[in-house]
Amino acid sequence: MAAKKKLMQGNEACAEGALYAGCKFYAGYPITPSTEVAEIMSVELPKRGGKFIQMEDEIASMAATIGGSLAGLKSLTATSGPGFSLKQEALGYACLTEVPCVVINVMRGGPSTGYPTGPSQSDIMQAKWGTHGDHPAIALTPAYVQEILDETVRAFNLSEKYRTPVVVLYDEIVGHMREPITIPEPGDLEVIDRAKPDCDPEDYKPYDDKHLIAPLAPFGEGYRFHVTGLNHKEDGFPTNDSEMIDINNRRIMQKIDDNIDDICKNDESNLEDAEIGIFAVGSTSRSAKFSVNAARKKSIKAGLLRPLTIWPFPDKAVGELAEKCKVIIVPELNLGQMVNEVKRVAAGRCEVVGIHRVDGEPIKPAQITELIEKYS
Amino acid sequence: MAVAKQKLSVPFDYDKYLRKDKLPHIWCPGCGHGIVLKSLLRAIDNKELSKNDLCMVSGIGCSSRTPGYVDFNTLHTIHGRAFSFATGLKLAKPSLKMIIATGDGDAMAIGGNHFIHTCRRNIDMLIIVYSNAIYGMTGGQFSPTTPIGSIATTSRYGNVEPPFDICEMAKAAGATFVARGTAYHTQELERTFTEALGHKGTAVVEVIDSCPIYFGRMNKQRGASEMMENIEKNGTVSVKQVDKLPAEKTEGKLVRGILHRVEKPEYCEQYDKLIVAKATK
Ligand SMILES: Cc1ncc(C[n+]2csc(CCOP(=O)(O)OP(=O)(O)O)c2C)c(N)n1
Ligand code: SF4
Ligand SMILES: [Mg+2]
Repeated sequence: MAAKKKLMQGNEACAEGALYAGCKFYAGYPITPSTEVAEIMSVELPKRGGKFIQMEDEIASMAATIGGSLAGLKSLTATSGPGFSLKQEALGYACLTEVPCVVINVMRGGPSTGYPTGPSQSDIMQAKWGTHGDHPAIALTPAYVQEILDETVRAFNLSEKYRTPVVVLYDEIVGHMREPITIPEPGDLEVIDRAKPDCDPEDYKPYDDKHLIAPLAPFGEGYRFHVTGLNHKEDGFPTNDSEMIDINNRRIMQKIDDNIDDICKNDESNLEDAEIGIFAVGSTSRSAKFSVNAARKKSIKAGLLRPLTIWPFPDKAVGELAEKCKVIIVPELNLGQMVNEVKRVAAGRCEVVGIHRVDGEPIKPAQITELIEKYS
Repeated sequence: MAVAKQKLSVPFDYDKYLRKDKLPHIWCPGCGHGIVLKSLLRAIDNKELSKNDLCMVSGIGCSSRTPGYVDFNTLHTIHGRAFSFATGLKLAKPSLKMIIATGDGDAMAIGGNHFIHTCRRNIDMLIIVYSNAIYGMTGGQFSPTTPIGSIATTSRYGNVEPPFDICEMAKAAGATFVARGTAYHTQELERTFTEALGHKGTAVVEVIDSCPIYFGRMNKQRGASEMMENIEKNGTVSVKQVDKLPAEKTEGKLVRGILHRVEKPEYCEQYDKLIVAKATK
């Protein structure tokens, strides 16, 4: 069959990706600039045997999303800055209880109500550290409308595979941009479903530490088990045993640490011989790509590292970049979040400089080009 | 409305529903929470509900530790949000028989907004509010149901805030079954739970409960039995008697029994009937 081409908005592509991945449950609360995702899911889910509910706030939305997933449905919620803040406690609950779900955060200017219709990349750190306690974090950063679709599918896959919430971060520019994209046919993209137990219900342990990731039974199908946000043992019941607490807290981190190569994904352009590296995500990486191309025309050896997974941080790729470049430029729509991570990894091997903007305007190629030329 | 007479099944095998290996429970000696659970288990037995379908969800608090002890699908969540987790579960899997175990703090303070919206939706679930007028788990701070003047660790001079009437709130918000029971009137509570479990829609049962360790000690009700006696003699009056008694005998007392029961469309059924039917036409 001929591939289906369509002009689509970023948020529309997100909904399309979620449906492709088999999402059957959405709970959310309206907030600019993410609302289109909810609007589309409210129309599409009931057609496909799925459920949509508009909750009373984002706390309830996150909680209902986790509930939907525990009932066995792939579950989604979408929000933006203030709503992402409200979701944090329940997001941590999903990390500890290991309930898969996908959270879309279409980043807008902050802090507080900030600039609802302006782009931003200021929730990069919140996606990692927003909820209290040490916890695993996976966050994806698509930059093109096609990528929003593809990465939303990947978000569900990672979430189901690693039994953990996955955050998709993209800025308002990409969320509201329209681009022609190819809608994948069934089978074109991999779709992963969570492992379910096949053991006797009597023997089921929802946090069996013989597995790094234990199978998850849906509620109401004979496996009567307990889920709690307290530190728990293999059987899911709370424990005060320090050894058990330690094992479980480390295991949920190890799920990510042991699978970095599977989770990390980067797009690299002109990096082979690069002397000036640029590290950027989202709309900013689009400007960066433009600047790199312009520099190459002037025979300046600039290259772009564009992570599609920002958490776990792409230490390996940044390390390689630091080895070969004299400088890494980090343009970002915040006052310095990714740049410090890049500095940590570069560890003095090269210079690291940021370009930061928080006036609600995008970082334009000219700003990046200026720095590239300065270092060339 | 009269509470229907049910045959009480004595003696009763609680072990059938309990996770015996998780006992002893964390509740203090004399705490009313365990009594409430006993009445609930008997009501579940009266309704012959399947353990595989039963799903108990709670927030945080002493009362919210109940799910850990019952052999159902059980979810102990975060403070105040049990209703929202349960809403997701129920909508995603309507075959689940939902019971929420929550406290006066969990349901009325931090979870107040979710409580009223759950009632408004009339989604099928039984909400049991273990109402002991105190934050038990955190050591005895006043709650939204602590009476004016009562002592708590954060109201040493006496509580100045007027308390909520949980039942009035539930009714106003749209719950279609509202009742009040106590941890003293256990057989009546069993009957109330039995009726509530048979109701389609959001059913709220407030149970006047006791926390002898914090509320009792700080408010000159020294023992668990003294607290129970207080509930029996001074605290409440049955809905069956309230109209027959002189005003001075009912003044300041909470009314016990089924206070409100109406038939209204249930959320999950409406979802199928209105939304799915149109979407798939
Ligand atoms: C977000 C959050 N805030 C505060 C707490 C602390 N906390 C735990 S239980 C509780 C009060 C519980 O009171 P109630 O619901 O009445 O239950 P009880 O212990 O009296 O049965 C509080 C404030 C918490 N766990 N989470
Ligand atoms: S502190 Fe109060 S509510 Fe909590 S278990 Fe003890 S007596 Fe019960
Ligand atoms: Mg209480």
